Amino acid sequence: MSITLPALPYGGGELAPHISEQTLGFHHGKHHQTYVTNLVKLIEGTELEGQSLEAIVKASAGDPARAGIFNNAAQVWNHTFYFHCMKSGGGGKPQGALAERLAKDFGSVEAFLEQFKQAGLTQFGSGWAWLVEDAGVLKVTKTANADTPMAHGQKALLTADVWEHAYYLDFQNRRADYLDAFLAHLVDWDFVATQL
Amino acid sequence: MFTLPDLPYDFSALEPIVDARTMEIHHGKHHAAYVANLNNAVEQAGAEVAGAPLEILLSGLGRVPEAQRAAVRNNGGGHWNHSLFWRLMCKHGDAGLSADLASAIQRDLGGLDALREAFGKAALTRFGSGWAWLVVDKGTLRVTSTANQDNPLMDDGGLPILALDVWEHAYYLQYQNRRAEYIESWWKVVNWSEVSRLYQTTV
Ligand SMILES: [Fe+2]
Ligand SMILES: [Fe+2]
Repeated sequence: MSITLPALPYGGGELAPHISEQTLGFHHGKHHQTYVTNLVKLIEGTELEGQSLEAIVKASAGDPARAGIFNNAAQVWNHTFYFHCMKSGGGGKPQGALAERLAKDFGSVEAFLEQFKQAGLTQFGSGWAWLVEDAGVLKVTKTANADTPMAHGQKALLTADVWEHAYYLDFQNRRADYLDAFLAHLVDWDFVATQL
Repeated sequence: MFTLPDLPYDFSALEPIVDARTMEIHHGKHHAAYVANLNNAVEQAGAEVAGAPLEILLSGLGRVPEAQRAAVRNNGGGHWNHSLFWRLMCKHGDAGLSADLASAIQRDLGGLDALREAFGKAALTRFGSGWAWLVVDKGTLRVTSTANQDNPLMDDGGLPILALDVWEHAYYLQYQNRRAEYIESWWKVVNWSEVSRLYQTTV
């Protein structure tokens, strides 16, 4: 099973004006691509070559000798997941079963949205904000750099990339505005619901 | 109260290596936010840390109350690192590398080209956000890097005399994903007179 760059699930300009075509071009075409290229090189000729991306992430998680493999593999997975968490005309409030689960585990959908935004805002440096399912309970978490819920036995349901490259061309230092735009206009709640 | 130091040059002084818009946001927004957040954290921490110099706070984070420790580490580091970083650059660069520092670079690192290679590699391979450093550690020059706004003061790792910010905010508007190009270009604005002066304070 070879590791390749998945296509974006939408056109590069479709998330504008919230995320510009230029940002997506670099984010997918350069950053995501580089993680793929690096990973392919790093696993070439090792026992990880030919394994699934998930298997590579899990095999390298927590192993300092394979930090390079983990960083690139997890970033390939995180970015593919992140891009699928968005769509043109997304955002707003989730509905149906997902909304009920969020209300049950966070008190209300609004409380979840606020916690998610705070996780993204307070992840110091590069990283990710997540909605995960952990032992049957929905939780908001944040991870540094490439770290990913799969490495902690959690199932990812939603993520926002808070590496500066995700928003700097469009929002510069204003990470809060990026997270507001992400939640209000971009999240593909149908995709999130299918992850439950 | 900690305050945001003025830049020792105009926002446009480092053009075309670092553009004015990057400098304006980097200094006026990022650095300013570290100063404001540091002041908040110190105020909340109260008497135990009130009035302490920044170097004392950073080299003794264990003495900062636990509730404010991460905020002092991140924002205090951010304030200290950026304050140093601005001074290490100047318009057109400055070739005033002292004979003393030049010979120490030769002795400990194998020469200026070797320093540039080791420092560039440290900057390029720092995964995520962070800094590359040249430090004087017990009399010896050493190249290292740290994550986020950490710095060598925090683990008694020597005194930095050269520093490069490799957070994406330092170069993204101009270089986007091309960190290697930013690092390579940056040598042209290094203020070697200031680096040499800092070195002299350590020997
Ligand atoms: Fe990213
Ligand atoms: Fe910075």
